[in-house]
Amino acid sequence: MTTEPGRPAQDGRVASAALSAVRPRRARVIPGFGLTLGYTMTYLGIVVMIPIAAVFLKASTLTWPQFWSAVSSPRAISAYKVSFGCSLAAALINAVFGLIVAWVIVRYRFWGRSVVDALIDLPFALPTAVAGIALYALYLPEGWLGRILPPGIKVFATPLGVTVALTFIGLPFVVRMVEPVLRDLPADVEEAAASLGARRWHTLRMVILPELWPALLAGFALAFARGLGEFGSVIFISRQRPMETEIIPDIIREQVASHYIGARNLAEATAIAVVMLVVSFVLLLALNLLQRRLGRRTVRV
Amino acid sequence: MSAPGPIRRATPGTTEPAVARYALIAIALLFLALFLVLPLVVIFYEALAKGFKAYLEVLRSPELGTAVRTTLICVGIAVPLNVVFGLAAAWCITKFRFPGRSVLVTLIELPFSVSPVIAGLALVLIFGAEGWGGSWFVDHAPVIFSMPGMVLATVFITFPFVARELIPLMEAQGTEEEQAARVLGAGGWQTFFRVTLPNVKWALLYGVLLCTARALGEFGAVAVVAGGQVGQATLPLYVEQLYHERTNPQPALAAASLLAFTGIITLLAKTWLGRERGKVEKLTPDGDPARAP
Repeated sequence: MTTEPGRPAQDGRVASAALSAVRPRRARVIPGFGLTLGYTMTYLGIVVMIPIAAVFLKASTLTWPQFWSAVSSPRAISAYKVSFGCSLAAALINAVFGLIVAWVIVRYRFWGRSVVDALIDLPFALPTAVAGIALYALYLPEGWLGRILPPGIKVFATPLGVTVALTFIGLPFVVRMVEPVLRDLPADVEEAAASLGARRWHTLRMVILPELWPALLAGFALAFARGLGEFGSVIFISRQRPMETEIIPDIIREQVASHYIGARNLAEATAIAVVMLVVSFVLLLALNLLQRRLGRRTVRV
Repeated sequence: MSAPGPIRRATPGTTEPAVARYALIAIALLFLALFLVLPLVVIFYEALAKGFKAYLEVLRSPELGTAVRTTLICVGIAVPLNVVFGLAAAWCITKFRFPGRSVLVTLIELPFSVSPVIAGLALVLIFGAEGWGGSWFVDHAPVIFSMPGMVLATVFITFPFVARELIPLMEAQGTEEEQAARVLGAGGWQTFFRVTLPNVKWALLYGVLLCTARALGEFGAVAVVAGGQVGQATLPLYVEQLYHERTNPQPALAAASLLAFTGIITLLAKTWLGRERGKVEKLTPDGDPARAP
């Protein structure tokens, strides 16, 4: 680590002297750089990087045709469709209703508002398997909601059920992304719009929504990414039916389970996992770029 | 419900008509009731549907006792490990400048974007029968199907929680106070315990809370590693086992109600901690980093 903080430019060159003048000077009086960085890197390596590398290493032992046939089996294709389709649908539902919920919490006063505000985080606090079994009990054909659903709409053991579970899981992401931006929105912009004769609806669409857009998109993307990997809340309500409601994590778990009884090797599960990891990393990258932009927007106030 | 009104001044043109306000509040409350409140209520209702005796029978079973013990061991190991890591990572990232710093921050958040099931698969790839040591681990130091695997899975999943609460706060706090302490003659550890730790107390507790909640409830990664072995189950896995074994969902929901209870406590503690935190922490203008585990 060559540029240890605020270490005075030892070679005395103008460029590095200028550099250290630009940067806030952090004196070297603060100890523990080597210890904490070393510990951080070691722990990160052992706990996170080695396992993730193991997945890619295993995948690299497959030939291209092996890899391709694993990731494009009809069952896998069906699972991609369910996983991506339901995550997308759930994230869209959350974008719409999460925006409304955030708006109501920030802008209106009503009885029970602070309870509602606290409740938003329930999907983070409630173990996913508990959410899953609760949704299962609700939407069973004889459950509270399963009983009263109109005949044409089936939620239990259908992709709609998967979407319901992913909506539950994704809701806080949208609300908690939009909320702070909405709260920090300067009032004078709205007042200016109103004083210039804009109707309220016009102000909402032309002035407020454009400000919320990046946060809404970030919340949507977070909810979508979380939905792709989600497992515990989905499996009970979906009944894990192959070619119907099976999601990608279902396939991976089942492959590992049949590996345990010696029925197959882990090549197929690993190949599918690599596809998912790559998708997740691309999403993560896009989110980081978006959040950087978001940061600029919110500081502007 | 009392009359809803805007928080800000009610200048005409800067708020919605009353009808729209009521409609939006109604939509929001209905949506939350349907998706959040109803699932929470149904757990306790169905858990007690067969009477209090049937409920207690599930809670008293030795299998549930074992599952609770396994869960507590996983939490008891994963949370302290990730607290130490979180403090170390936040220290080197926020008190110093070095190349690759922002990459490191991104890498720490990586476990959030890995599906828990894939995390479990990764451990099987290392320690399983096809693993790195051939079948050495399976024969000599079993990780899969046993406690070490479940602990490792939990550690992976809860890895970023403490660090991500501390980093934005310590970044905003800067190094002036630590420098002052050092100049006045405090040692390194003394500076850490007397200056830094009190400054980040609430954020640390907040991270510990989120980390614990997630460790208690972790399902996908642990499920893959535990492999459905009888007697090798955390509480969430035991809920699933009950659901598969019995035709009647009551026992599974009774076991789930214990976890739901911890969820409610987490929510209350989170609200309280958030409030305490807000009182003392002066964050940057854009502060309040979105907390989305």
